[in-house]
Amino acid sequence: MTKPIITKEQVKHIADLAKIDLSPHEIEKYQKELASILEYVKKIQEVDTKKIDFKTHVGVKNVYREDVPTESLTQEEAVSQAKNKDGYIIVPTVITKK
Amino acid sequence: MKNLYELTIKEAAELLKKGEISSFELVQSCLKQIKKVEPEIHAYITLNEERALEQAKEIDIRRKKHEKLSDLAGIPYSAKDVYCTKGLQTTAGSKVLEGYIPQYTATVISKLNDVGAILLGKTNCDAFGFGTSTEHSGYGVTKNPIDTERVPGGSSGGSAAAVQYGGGLFSIAEDTGGSIRCPASFCGVAGLKVTYGRVSRYGAISYASSYDTVGPIAKNTEDLAMILEVIAGHDPHDATSSNEKVQDYSKLLDRSIKGLKIGIPKEYFQDGLDEEVKEIVEKAIEKYKSLGCEIKSISLPYTEYAIAAYYVVGLSEASANLARFDGIRYGPQEKGENWMDIITSSRGKGFGEEEKRRIMIGTYALSAGYADEFYKKAQKVRELIKNDLLRALKEVDIILTPTMPVLPFKFGENDDDPLKMWLADAYTVTLNPSGLPGLSVNAGWSKDGLPVGMQLIGPHFREDLLLNFGHKYENEK
Repeated sequence: MTKPIITKEQVKHIADLAKIDLSPHEIEKYQKELASILEYVKKIQEVDTKKIDFKTHVGVKNVYREDVPTESLTQEEAVSQAKNKDGYIIVPTVITKK
Repeated sequence: MKNLYELTIKEAAELLKKGEISSFELVQSCLKQIKKVEPEIHAYITLNEERALEQAKEIDIRRKKHEKLSDLAGIPYSAKDVYCTKGLQTTAGSKVLEGYIPQYTATVISKLNDVGAILLGKTNCDAFGFGTSTEHSGYGVTKNPIDTERVPGGSSGGSAAAVQYGGGLFSIAEDTGGSIRCPASFCGVAGLKVTYGRVSRYGAISYASSYDTVGPIAKNTEDLAMILEVIAGHDPHDATSSNEKVQDYSKLLDRSIKGLKIGIPKEYFQDGLDEEVKEIVEKAIEKYKSLGCEIKSISLPYTEYAIAAYYVVGLSEASANLARFDGIRYGPQEKGENWMDIITSSRGKGFGEEEKRRIMIGTYALSAGYADEFYKKAQKVRELIKNDLLRALKEVDIILTPTMPVLPFKFGENDDDPLKMWLADAYTVTLNPSGLPGLSVNAGWSKDGLPVGMQLIGPHFREDLLLNFGHKYENEK
């Protein structure tokens, strides 16, 4: 059997990068599905793109405006949807002592 | 006489102007229809009933005072649940945003509010627009009102279903890879994917920022034109919105299309196209011939790479856009030992199956060692796909294709193989990477009474031409 385009270890690595908790069952399922999808999209490799530049496509270049303050959300509104808040958003300690 | 919920915008606007009906009656009629049909169809996630009735009363009072009002004043509509609406829950169809109450309103909704259109509620969709069937919503499926064993299309399935059954006279939907055109086709209504930048994206929850477009679904092209006149235009809140002049689309609907050239891409009429769909679309082509159009066969050689390139770029952007859903700033939060636990478990629980699948493909395509092979390569292929279409549009005025290669399918038909469902988007996805506008109008009905849509594709910012062509066909049908 040929090596699959993506292994279970790689799926786990991708899920870690994407910060998504997956169950062992999900890892197994996504390994199969991701492999079949990646095999399919790999066909873009066939296309000769030597003469094509990598571009962004939105059709506009840098858009500038004057730096004038305008009305925006209040502090209370800005944090209103967070679960833990006190005028700011409360999160657990990020850096801990070893 | 028709029930009020069955009226087109144009018909309702005339009756409102003459004082033969009130906006309150019109809104009530739609709400009554919603109450009757929703238990089975489930087009809506959230209703805005009380506020809608109040607004209708306000508009009726203003009309009695002979204020000059827009044609959309007092017209009830729905919006796909990806548009932020201040004070009204907005979920993007995902559990990761359940209970989210936006503190501001999307520009498209503000513009409609300003002219007095009345928001009835927020419609169901595949989460974040990830789907072709509205089977991937965190809030249950929407059924096709034409045949409840079948999907309404997606991702804006709730919007198209609501327009079909009269739960509002139109809907504001969103198209990143066919999400307006597919459900419009499957529900037998009309849907317009605008040119990238034609309508502001401010306040729309992003899927793929370089593809996302905001557009209407309505009963016909006349209504689409009326809506576009209101929602199009530059917005300082969206730097990618265009300064291109907004046209009087309604006035341009009746222009003669005699002598204009229609391109038929041969790659769109090959393997995988349902025979009945093909027959109906070919009949439509004959109809255009009889209207004096010249029919020309064209070739879009990069078509076979469109889906692959579309997904690689689109999902790369999606994986970056969806990084913000961490359970900390908004949405439900899971418990965890530390901040990383909280984020990974909130995302693991909140995102559905298709969301995880797409985020992971995008993350993979952008990750160290694969970005050149996948993301950058796909961006270059995207350029070739766009050039294909632009070259063709120099030879012809407009391109005509089926909207979907298949008839509306049954629930669960594509459950075993997610890729199979993606392939159904073959004809619609090419427009998003290229920024071109596309209109889906009903071309006819299958023997079993299922709708078949055709897609009209035109040059950038030529929505006027698409609506003109669509309108001519509707009049001839």
